[in-house]
Amino acid sequence: MAHILVVDDSASLRSMVAFTLKKEGHQVTEASNGQEALNKAASGSFNLVLTDVNMPQMDGVTLCSELRKKPAFKFTPILMLTTESSPEMKQRGKAAGATGWLVKPFNPDTLLSTIKRVIR
Amino acid sequence: MSVDLAQFIPVFLEESYEGLQVMETALLTLTPGDDETIDEVFRAAHSIKGGAGTFGFTAVAEFTHEAETLLDAMRNGSVEVTPERNQLLLKSADIIRDLLERAAAGDQSTPPEADALAEQLHLAHASPAQSPAPAVNDTDVPAAEDSTGGIWTIRLEPGPDLLMTGNDPLFLLQALAELGPVSTQADAASLPDWSALDPEALYLNWTIELHSDCDEAAIREVFEWVEDDVVLTIERQGTASAAGDNSDEAATSEAIPAPDPESKPATTDTGPAQPEGPQNRARSAVRESSIRVDTGKVDSLVDRVGELVITQAMLLEVSQALAELEHPAVEALQEGLLQLERNTRELQEDVMRIRMLPISSVFNRFPRLVHDVSQQLGKQVELHLEGAHTELDKTVLEKIGDPLVHLVRNGLDHGLEPPEEREAAGKSASGNIWLSACQQGGNILIEIRDDGRGLNRERILAKAMERGLVEPAAQLTDQAIDELIFMPGFSTAEQVSDLSGRGVGMDVVRRNIESLGGHIDVLSSPGTGSCFTIRLPLTLAIMDGQLVRLNQDPYVIPLISIVETLQTTPEMLVSLAGNRCLLHFRDEYLPLIKLASSFGLTSEQVLEPGGIVVVVESGGQKAGLVVDELMGQQQTVIKSLEKNYRRVPGLSGATILGDGSVALILDIAGLINRNVDPDAALIARQRNEQHEVQA
Repeated sequence: MAHILVVDDSASLRSMVAFTLKKEGHQVTEASNGQEALNKAASGSFNLVLTDVNMPQMDGVTLCSELRKKPAFKFTPILMLTTESSPEMKQRGKAAGATGWLVKPFNPDTLLSTIKRVIR
Repeated sequence: MSVDLAQFIPVFLEESYEGLQVMETALLTLTPGDDETIDEVFRAAHSIKGGAGTFGFTAVAEFTHEAETLLDAMRNGSVEVTPERNQLLLKSADIIRDLLERAAAGDQSTPPEADALAEQLHLAHASPAQSPAPAVNDTDVPAAEDSTGGIWTIRLEPGPDLLMTGNDPLFLLQALAELGPVSTQADAASLPDWSALDPEALYLNWTIELHSDCDEAAIREVFEWVEDDVVLTIERQGTASAAGDNSDEAATSEAIPAPDPESKPATTDTGPAQPEGPQNRARSAVRESSIRVDTGKVDSLVDRVGELVITQAMLLEVSQALAELEHPAVEALQEGLLQLERNTRELQEDVMRIRMLPISSVFNRFPRLVHDVSQQLGKQVELHLEGAHTELDKTVLEKIGDPLVHLVRNGLDHGLEPPEEREAAGKSASGNIWLSACQQGGNILIEIRDDGRGLNRERILAKAMERGLVEPAAQLTDQAIDELIFMPGFSTAEQVSDLSGRGVGMDVVRRNIESLGGHIDVLSSPGTGSCFTIRLPLTLAIMDGQLVRLNQDPYVIPLISIVETLQTTPEMLVSLAGNRCLLHFRDEYLPLIKLASSFGLTSEQVLEPGGIVVVVESGGQKAGLVVDELMGQQQTVIKSLEKNYRRVPGLSGATILGDGSVALILDIAGLINRNVDPDAALIARQRNEQHEVQA
């Protein structure tokens, strides 16, 4: 079981992801933007971060580079949930320290098989 | 693992409608260079597309993709922001809403104009020769034909920093093992001396032999996330040739290019332009954390708390009866009950507040409406919204939208003059409409004000006489003439315009507002404008009521409809033929409703001088209710009769009193319509008109 931080400004996608992960036995903390995620990250330890890219207040790329500055998140897998599969997008994510990405739209099965590439 | 996606669709639809609202509001004010607003619109479209794809609304996803691509181009500056493009995007928002509504209803069809509009959107962003391929699905895995099957030798040199991206070579090796049997050799040659070892760095390399029928692309996919960070060679045994490998390498790097410092600068970081939109930032900063709860749950909570209030009132009465015992325990009990009363009241207020939503959700539709309507009419209009954060009950909120739309349309259509006429009257060419809300005690006040020409009293009076709503010789005060517009069957529009003439008159507006327990007034002055004031209760669940007694039973009259209560004197009562009676009160003649007879409680209720009359008003009509006794005033928790019994004419609901008895709540509008004897009403009106002539 892992503790996973799910960050997305869309409540429906966030709850779909959270529901899928919880059903698999994971513990989930939700945040609706990068700033909120950063606040929650300060008070918990996480095995994985799944974050949307386009969000108000703080986007996913900024969140990623902010998290990487924290010792507790130095090695934590961070996956970007993105609709843009452009090389440029991936490059920005990688440059900010993202582990990988998952291209929207995805279904619950894809989500679960993808996170198996970074957590047990 | 199966997850039923249908459960998330209501939330998706709700947030998509909210997103469309955000798009519309933002597009109306969008000007070139306003990066923050473009970003906001883009994000809204982006979220709708993402959700639509996930939850299976392909048509929505595909259409929104076109709008999103145009917005992205506007965001990164490759396409300019122009009013025409904003208009195009506004139309697209309509199509998206239409598509969502169809999809929600299980309708697979698309609106007829969707294709044409999608084409326009496409042309609007495709011109600068940008990538035309929709990126709805990630299918950019290179096809590496001619390299299928066999034994693969894979050399992985991750480099020291791989762990710091959150990737773990063990998972990569595991993923490879899923493709077929593997034998793995770790190469520890780069491992430094213990003293030089950095515990966070990775020093190992691997050589893997994979037996699999997969193609090279499948293997590369395993390393998709790390490809740019590691040295990776993939060879097929036997056929391995440097040339073949290179050509594959080339094919791959076309799809996922290596880091290239000269590639186009990242477009979304709106760094230097950001300080421009402080108000936008404030808008997004107020978003707080919240949960979405089914309204049924909240309603049931409101119900339960209502029961609790009743139980508490009942206990309080019992304790008062016990007071005579003068036992110390009784005193303690009363103290405890007082505390319970306070807590219950606070709990009730808190629970009511859960149902309260800011009126902004209704106000938000007006910028778009005013924009569209004023364009259609060729008028220049500025809309001012005030107090959008004012909260009121969700049910009230849902029902107040249409009356407000009607009033604002009316103001645009009839109230505001065309620019030339305004200038001729010494006004600014552009008219103003104010829409404001504020809380005043237990009520919400909503004002719809314009600085147009005001109500045309001459025309109103002429029309009312023509329709037989007013006696030809009647002399009415200005206020009384203005009030005529609320009469059923009244409409001043000489030609039925596309806007206001939808068969809904101001009488319907007033009826809707009164069905919410509210009240509407108009104040107009010729040449300077009109102002409609709507007063609404904060909530429909509780109501301030006047308790009265009819025979042996208590009844509740809503306090908001009471004008005055009085004890009659002989001079007040004017007898008419057939045991009928008028009340002469403050220079007005009012019909009387004998409630006890009307409800069949007594065969014939008699009103003696000295009897009690409650003067009530609804729909601009006043009447006197004859009751047997005035009891206290109290806040009552409204219970639906329809839900628990059936609809009863003349009653709007019931409540439970402190002693456990049920009191019926009177429906004043219904009573007046049903009970006022038309003859008596006519006589009263005639007398009132004569009276005004004399005055």
